[in-house]
Amino acid sequence: MTELDAGVAPPGPWQQATVVAVRAESANAKTFRLALSRPSRHLAGQHYVVRLTAPGGYRASRSYSVASAPDGGAEVEITVERLERGEVSAFLHDEVVVGDVLEARGPIGGWFVWRGDGPALCIGGGSGIAPLMAMLRLARRSRRIGLLQLLVSARSPRDLYYADELPGPETTIAFTREIPPGFPRPPGRLTPADLPESVPPGATAYLCGSSGFVEGAAALAEAAGIPAASVRVERFGPS
Amino acid sequence: MGLTRGFTGRGDRARDPRLPPGQYDVGDDWPVLSAELTPRVDLAAWSLTVTGAVEREIAWNWEEIQALPPGRFDGDIHCVTTWSKLGTSFTGVSVDSLLDAARPLPGATHVVASCLTGYTTNVPLADLVGGRALVAFAHEDRPLSAEHGGPARLVVPHLYFWKSAKWLSGLRLLDHDEPGFWERNGYHDRGDPWQEQRYQGD
Repeated sequence: MTELDAGVAPPGPWQQATVVAVRAESANAKTFRLALSRPSRHLAGQHYVVRLTAPGGYRASRSYSVASAPDGGAEVEITVERLERGEVSAFLHDEVVVGDVLEARGPIGGWFVWRGDGPALCIGGGSGIAPLMAMLRLARRSRRIGLLQLLVSARSPRDLYYADELPGPETTIAFTREIPPGFPRPPGRLTPADLPESVPPGATAYLCGSSGFVEGAAALAEAAGIPAASVRVERFGPS
Repeated sequence: MGLTRGFTGRGDRARDPRLPPGQYDVGDDWPVLSAELTPRVDLAAWSLTVTGAVEREIAWNWEEIQALPPGRFDGDIHCVTTWSKLGTSFTGVSVDSLLDAARPLPGATHVVASCLTGYTTNVPLADLVGGRALVAFAHEDRPLSAEHGGPARLVVPHLYFWKSAKWLSGLRLLDHDEPGFWERNGYHDRGDPWQEQRYQGD
């Protein structure tokens, strides 16, 4: 945490977020494209808080990473996993349709961000891929592909987000339980054998997933020669 | 702003009065959130220091700090990510005990808590005294697990829980405010859950 990024702008007030597209991202996740009333450019890795308000004033809010690349536009995409007891995620999945207006606040966060200016090793598990997808999209958009490498772990092909878009020379996909026909890698957790042949010196590691996943991914970052002080972590869970 | 079409909420009936606005009851769960890896801590090499604007800078090793009078908190904690854990408990030593030994200088107004990982957070001195804050070694009478900040974390339960720094290694007293890790990254300087002080400008 020695190279702390300071000076991220405050998230500003609540704004309207109009749902302009919804698509299934996996068996249990949907991506919502939101048009913001007060857009401001986000950094890859930042998140928005989405807020719901019931009659009587009851409110519930949850944080969701932006999965779309920073493009300076007025729309962002968030991917939401439907959690069994998820008050907000279940509502978004079961009720929300194009045209609905939610409230959102952001972008938030100045630590788990990649500005596209230094080498990065990203390792994501399950829904933890969402902020890393913004980073991959940024790398591809800016044609700085060699700078960023991404390892993704999902239980099965049905659970993999962004499945059509992910494959590329800079990405490695691991399925832990079930693989598609002909998939060259046997099912199993990510191991150091999945690491790219070389990780550039000075790389920062971005680990995102459940708390257990990121502690396991730490061993991969260590095997890649990345010191703990250069490891940034975002723990996803039913929070 | 307006209502969310179709949202009725499950929490509007019999909402627990212990929940600050915008929070929900996480029940028996205790989510793990941190921006860095869980450090491996060697108790034999562990110490906690109180430095800065004090009459006497002090360091306690693990045995010495265990010998201080025990302190306990029973109540609720609130995370800025909107979960609250109600009716929980922590035991350790009161921050008052540490400050009594170090004796803050009259001009001391703020404290920066620092951790073995490099994480920092700032807290007004007034929020750490008068029995309002602990250095905790145990949660619900069991040793604090590493992922929850063990062997020792700060517990400032009346502020959002990012102020309750895990893997605590030092308290540095200052005669001015100095933002910590999240406070430099968009989060509120003080973080009172009852005023929903989540982000800068709240």
